[in-house]
Amino acid sequence: MVAAAGKEAPTGGASARWESDPILSVEHLTMRFGGLVAVGDLSFNAGRGDITALIGPNGAGKTTVFNCVTGFYKPTEGRIVMRHGPGRQAETVEEVTNSGLRWKKEGDKGIFLLERMPDHEIAHRAKVARTFQNIRLFGGMTALENLLVAQHNPLVVASGFTVGGIFGLPSYRKAEQAAIEKAVYWLERTRLIDRADDPAADLPYGAQRRLEIARAMCTDPQLLCLDEPAAGLNPRESAELNELLKFIRDEHGTSVLLIEHDMGVVMEISDHIVVLDYGVKISDGDAETVRNDPNVIAAYLGVEEEEEIDIPEVLEDVSAAAGKAGTGKGGKA
Amino acid sequence: MASTRTDAPASDGKPAAEMPAQAAQGRLAASLKDAAVAAFLAGVLGFFFIGLRTDIEPGGLEITMRWTAWVVSILIVFGGRLALNLFVFRAQRPATGIVGAGLSGMGEALPGLGKWLMRGLFVFALVLPFFFMAAFPGKDRQFIDLAILILTYVMLGWGLNIVVGLAGLLDLGYVAFYAVGAYSFALLSQYFGFGFWMALPLAGILAAFWGIILGFPVLRLRGDYLAIVTLAFGEIIRVVLLNWYEFTGGPDGISGIPRPTFFGLEFSRGDDGFAAFFGLDYSPIHRFVYLYYIILALALITNVVTIRLRKLPIGRAWEALREDEIACRSLGINTRNTKLTAFSIGAMFGGFAGSFFATRQGFISPESFTFLESAIILAIVVLGGLGSQIGVVIAAIVTIGGIEMLRNLGFLTQIFGPGFDPVQYRMLIFGLAMVFIMVWKPRGLVSTREPSAVLKEKKRIGADMVAQGEGH
Ligand SMILES: Nc1ncnc2c1ncn2[C@@H]1O[C@H](COP(=O)(O)OP(=O)(O)O)[C@@H](O)[C@H]1O
Ligand SMILES: [Mg+2]
Repeated sequence: MVAAAGKEAPTGGASARWESDPILSVEHLTMRFGGLVAVGDLSFNAGRGDITALIGPNGAGKTTVFNCVTGFYKPTEGRIVMRHGPGRQAETVEEVTNSGLRWKKEGDKGIFLLERMPDHEIAHRAKVARTFQNIRLFGGMTALENLLVAQHNPLVVASGFTVGGIFGLPSYRKAEQAAIEKAVYWLERTRLIDRADDPAADLPYGAQRRLEIARAMCTDPQLLCLDEPAAGLNPRESAELNELLKFIRDEHGTSVLLIEHDMGVVMEISDHIVVLDYGVKISDGDAETVRNDPNVIAAYLGVEEEEEIDIPEVLEDVSAAAGKAGTGKGGKA
Repeated sequence: MASTRTDAPASDGKPAAEMPAQAAQGRLAASLKDAAVAAFLAGVLGFFFIGLRTDIEPGGLEITMRWTAWVVSILIVFGGRLALNLFVFRAQRPATGIVGAGLSGMGEALPGLGKWLMRGLFVFALVLPFFFMAAFPGKDRQFIDLAILILTYVMLGWGLNIVVGLAGLLDLGYVAFYAVGAYSFALLSQYFGFGFWMALPLAGILAAFWGIILGFPVLRLRGDYLAIVTLAFGEIIRVVLLNWYEFTGGPDGISGIPRPTFFGLEFSRGDDGFAAFFGLDYSPIHRFVYLYYIILALALITNVVTIRLRKLPIGRAWEALREDEIACRSLGINTRNTKLTAFSIGAMFGGFAGSFFATRQGFISPESFTFLESAIILAIVVLGGLGSQIGVVIAAIVTIGGIEMLRNLGFLTQIFGPGFDPVQYRMLIFGLAMVFIMVWKPRGLVSTREPSAVLKEKKRIGADMVAQGEGH
């Protein structure tokens, strides 16, 4: 990857993957809540096979962007393009946009205009999976069941839209066996196999985070959106999460869009970082570019929360201040 | 008055030996005082409501004092409050806790026993009519009829369980589909001469169709709104049936609904009847036995289908919907269709049960489909434990059997005088029983959930983890 040029132009380098082969393009996205502009005219790309991090202070609008991408909010303005198959496919994108259709799919290639699609179709057709900032598991169902629910759509077809399933067709049994195998695969990957038959609500916090990622992966996504997956994890779990995300990217070719406060995680695994502040993009590029961007430093110095600060001296200052205030909140260590 | 609960005596550092006696004394005194306060309040409040009675007289209202009733009510409040204080609020081991522990012990044992209990009940259900005929020759008709009634409610409970227990959508208007099923058959037979077996599938389909129609508007509603709108729909259907006189006969209802035939044979005395064909002596009991087996088969079908559905993707999606709708959508589940299938499949079983009801009664009118009916079915589901199949059976036997039992308590008239009719009090007793169970066992008799897929070891899931869904 080339060091990006500047903050205004989104990294001119021709070899930047997010420019030449973006899986997701967010174009002029605006989301207003009444008078509040949560996201204002935001444009960025996420490269196919990249881990793209979306960072920014609290309230910057990161979760709102996720909700627009995954269809939970209808954007006020803007276009969100999800691409299956290589390249920008610019002609098809224009064709679909002008045709008024929601998506177009031909073989492995496909163009999906996410702002036009309802949430469940985005997950089902456009193959975008997500996790939530506050974990949303099916607490009363076992870990295994959680992963089977994620494979709902292929299983419904295999069950002959339930009718065949009621009569116990052998083809459905085979499909269910395959679904259980896939669930077992992800349970092993996330070290949850021993807890497979325990209710999700019974798992420790870190395990719940991993299970949510496993569940999202069971939908066979092309793009995985993770909203603060490392929040509340201890350093060991955090390092494990890094490995898991790299595994997902490298072995499964799944692109990852990541919201994260933990700079350790972000700087280590991201191929591309987009920085938001007050709903506006203030920086965009690889880790090196963003780290040295004066805009980013300014935005982060303006914030009190210690997790969001990566510069050791500042961190010390902050924890000293917190100690004096008697809040008992220490630094990271 | 609930605040008195909190000032229960706490150990305040007295020598251990003195404590129990002193504490007990203090407790008694405090309890007496509290009960006296309650009795005083009851006296003040009850003076106008219980102590005075007004009757319309030619010259205006005439007031009579009812001192006995007033004093008795005060005494009841005093005694009740004292007992509650001594044994529950201020007791070291509250009686409710002991009973609750016993009940939950039962609840935990039930699932383990469940399999055997289910099998035992099943075998008993299979031979039940013959058992009754042999054991109670004089009363067999009455008992078989009661069994039919209970099974109808078991079936309705299982049907509603799909909507409320699995999908977590609180439906207070389930009786609407029961009515649709009953009226579908009655009208089809009246206008087109359909028999029971022809009309049964149609009634189910029509009810399912109405399930979808009523489901659509409530898709976006949550919580209390869902409950209220479904309740309104139940009433709308009943009011339409009541007022569309030309079509449904309004309050007069529909009579002369055909009885089910056995492969074309009627249960009549004639030469071409069931008894004559098989060379038996004619007896009206044959029809009851036949009806019994029909409802048993219908209920078993409901049960088997529900158990299978739970292990299919659609059933898992229902339960997932109950747990977290937003997460469902993030996984590509079309929650609208999922809710509609729950409504329509639940409604379909309600429709089957409805047309069975019509053929059993031979006469239906909107009066059979009031909100109370919905409430009883829902009570059966909730008492049994949301989502539990065996729980519904037990709850139906207890509730419906219990209500019917009250009809047989004739000896009570000897105590309370000839005017006393225990049936009049059934709703009061029913309500009290509900309150007690909900206090001690808020998640129903069988409150644990059985996972729908198992990798290594099947572990039951405690009620505290299972979400209840919308409107609870
Ligand atoms: N549904 C909503 N209604 C109104 N305001 C919202 C809504 N969702 C988010 N916001 C506002 O948008 C802004 C961005 O929030 P969010 O995207 O959650 O920030 P973050 O970057 O911390 O994830 C905040 O000011 C928040 O209050
Ligand atoms: Mg957020």
